[in-house]
Amino acid sequence: MNQINGIIEWLDHRTGIQTAARRFLYEDIPDSSGWHQVLGSVAMFSFLVQVFTGILLAFNYAPTPGDAYNSLRYILTELTGGRLIRGLHHWGASMMIVVVVLHMVQVFVYGAYKKPREATWMVGIVLLLLTLAYGLTGYLLPWDNRAYFGTVVSTQIAATAPVLGPYLTQLLGSQNGIGVVTFARFFGLHVLLLPPLTMLLIGVHVYLVRKHGVAPAPGDETLPKKKFYPQQVFKDTIAIFIAFIILFTMAVAIRVPLEQLADPTDTAYIPRPEWYFLFLFQFLKFFNGPLEVVGSMVLPGLAVLLLLLVPFIDRTQMVKVTRRGFAFGFVALAAIGWGSLTAAAVITTPAEAREVAVDYSAPTDWMQLSPEEMAGVAYFRRENCLSCHAVNGSGSQIGPDLTRTTIHRNAAWMIQHFKSPQGIRPGSSMPAIQLSDAQLNSLAAFLLKLNPDNATALQNAPEFAVQGALVYQANGCSDCHKVNGVGMEIGPALNGVSKRRSRSWVEEHFANPEKLSPGTSMPPFKFAKTDQENLTTYLFSLPDK
Amino acid sequence: MDHVQTTDHQPPAGETRRSFYVAAIYGIWGLITAALAAPALIYLLVPPRLRRQSEWVDAGDLSQVPAGTPVEVTFRRNRVDGWKVSSEKGTAWVLKSASNQVVAYGPECTHLGCAYHWDNGKNEFVCPCHNSIFAIDGRVIGGPAPRPLDRFATRIEGNKLLLGPLQASPEKSA
Repeated sequence: MNQINGIIEWLDHRTGIQTAARRFLYEDIPDSSGWHQVLGSVAMFSFLVQVFTGILLAFNYAPTPGDAYNSLRYILTELTGGRLIRGLHHWGASMMIVVVVLHMVQVFVYGAYKKPREATWMVGIVLLLLTLAYGLTGYLLPWDNRAYFGTVVSTQIAATAPVLGPYLTQLLGSQNGIGVVTFARFFGLHVLLLPPLTMLLIGVHVYLVRKHGVAPAPGDETLPKKKFYPQQVFKDTIAIFIAFIILFTMAVAIRVPLEQLADPTDTAYIPRPEWYFLFLFQFLKFFNGPLEVVGSMVLPGLAVLLLLLVPFIDRTQMVKVTRRGFAFGFVALAAIGWGSLTAAAVITTPAEAREVAVDYSAPTDWMQLSPEEMAGVAYFRRENCLSCHAVNGSGSQIGPDLTRTTIHRNAAWMIQHFKSPQGIRPGSSMPAIQLSDAQLNSLAAFLLKLNPDNATALQNAPEFAVQGALVYQANGCSDCHKVNGVGMEIGPALNGVSKRRSRSWVEEHFANPEKLSPGTSMPPFKFAKTDQENLTTYLFSLPDK
Repeated sequence: MDHVQTTDHQPPAGETRRSFYVAAIYGIWGLITAALAAPALIYLLVPPRLRRQSEWVDAGDLSQVPAGTPVEVTFRRNRVDGWKVSSEKGTAWVLKSASNQVVAYGPECTHLGCAYHWDNGKNEFVCPCHNSIFAIDGRVIGGPAPRPLDRFATRIEGNKLLLGPLQASPEKSA
């Protein structure tokens, strides 16, 4: 113990580090300080989590349009813990925005921006803008459809800026559309420019807080001061811990999807910004034609200016927080405005954009199966084959492992065996499967495709695809259409239908083909609602080929 | 000094509260650090899943290889490289005996990875970097190399030579 003290003392003599830490921790704070002032620390913590997880992601990420998607997919599917790290970074971004805004609201409501703390407030507003800039630039980096179209819209908005528009376009490298140049610019901003700038401004912000001291409540000035450590540090720590638990739970529980690789020709895609930009998106809808720039630039610009100037607009004396009715009213109004714009944006988003998109970060081998084999997956699940058979070593040991039995692997044998297990294998404890011949064919077709490499991927086939394939088979769609190379060619092949048609078109076409394609030989189909949804989603998830 | 402390003793209530705060601060920060560090270490240190087992590559027609002298054979193979699978050129020094037994040496010197070559005049493998010398059976006979030449697993199908993963030589180092 004495030796450690000796080392610390030696270090302190040379660097002053211990004295500095002491001075920092034993700072005097007003008697009224407490739980309402923990948010600044939580914001700083959120930033550090973003830095940490961001660096980890960068270790396995290739920042070019060609590779970004594949490397992120690698992080999510092949690296242990990759999904958690990405989840922390994704939800951490949302959390940081929430915390920074709450921090600002607290300072605003308490009037802590007043003289002499105007500069602290203004630096804080710039930090808020930086936080939003991370969201805007980071959005492009996965290079999936959502990222691509979100960025198309934001760069086009930047292009409409009065006077500056063409220069902004040039700076963002988006004069010829979104491509390698824009990508490099966004990545550079996100990881090289914004972080050091943020650290610098956080430094200035904290320095200013220390210089002027934590804002006291009125009447507090004469009371004896408290120390920052340990009581207030304890409160900050508890708040940080709560925020961390929420973040960690979200990162574990809520899967962040990786959508389809960015496809500029995808006309069916409905782009929507991240939730924290939805209000701006909705706000923009009120302004049309030449007025658009008012909604996209002028008014948001004025709002930022107004925020920056808050300390100069309200120059009254500091009063108790309970007497700041106007400030509370203003915050309430802003919250209602933000909330209703966001709600309106969510409500007006067409159902197909809100539907769960196919998650491409899970193995997608199932997409290569023919509809018949896919329907086989449904029977495989329905008949609970796994209650007796193992697949690729995992599962029950009563029957043989279905990925390893190669002896009797032909469809005719299997179908006979399904119908009468004991007839083929005397003494087998397998029950007969009560399915039609077509259904048994389907099941056998799937089992023939099963091998140790694709077993997990095929078992992961999403339910909508399996159910959709059942509907496809039951209605004999393959008598006229081809999917994944299987089926007739009387009608068009259905791979890539998502590129050619919208969902609503396809669904209307089922009910009334003659109306949408005059002269077609396709008969009308009347599906139950869920069947129709599953079938359409399945067809839309097919590879383009 | 001791007696000063005892007379100055704080009221016990305040002191326990203070030490509770301090303990909670250290405890919670320890927990957060662990919850972030553990996944980070796993993420960085656990090898990627779904890594394809190195497959057998076709290294050409064995009947074209003369018996008794090592020949450098080139082939193409797929390498899983992070999120990419790239096709790259590989080489091996193949030695066929009269009885059609085959040994395929990895092309890197076991010292520091330089590309060595067969010296026909001296009947030995020579590494140009630090003068490691290997005998025709891969044994080290000179220089700093720590172990015999590594060997590819080999399989012969008809006249085709197939190469598998690279393994350390079964022979003890010289």
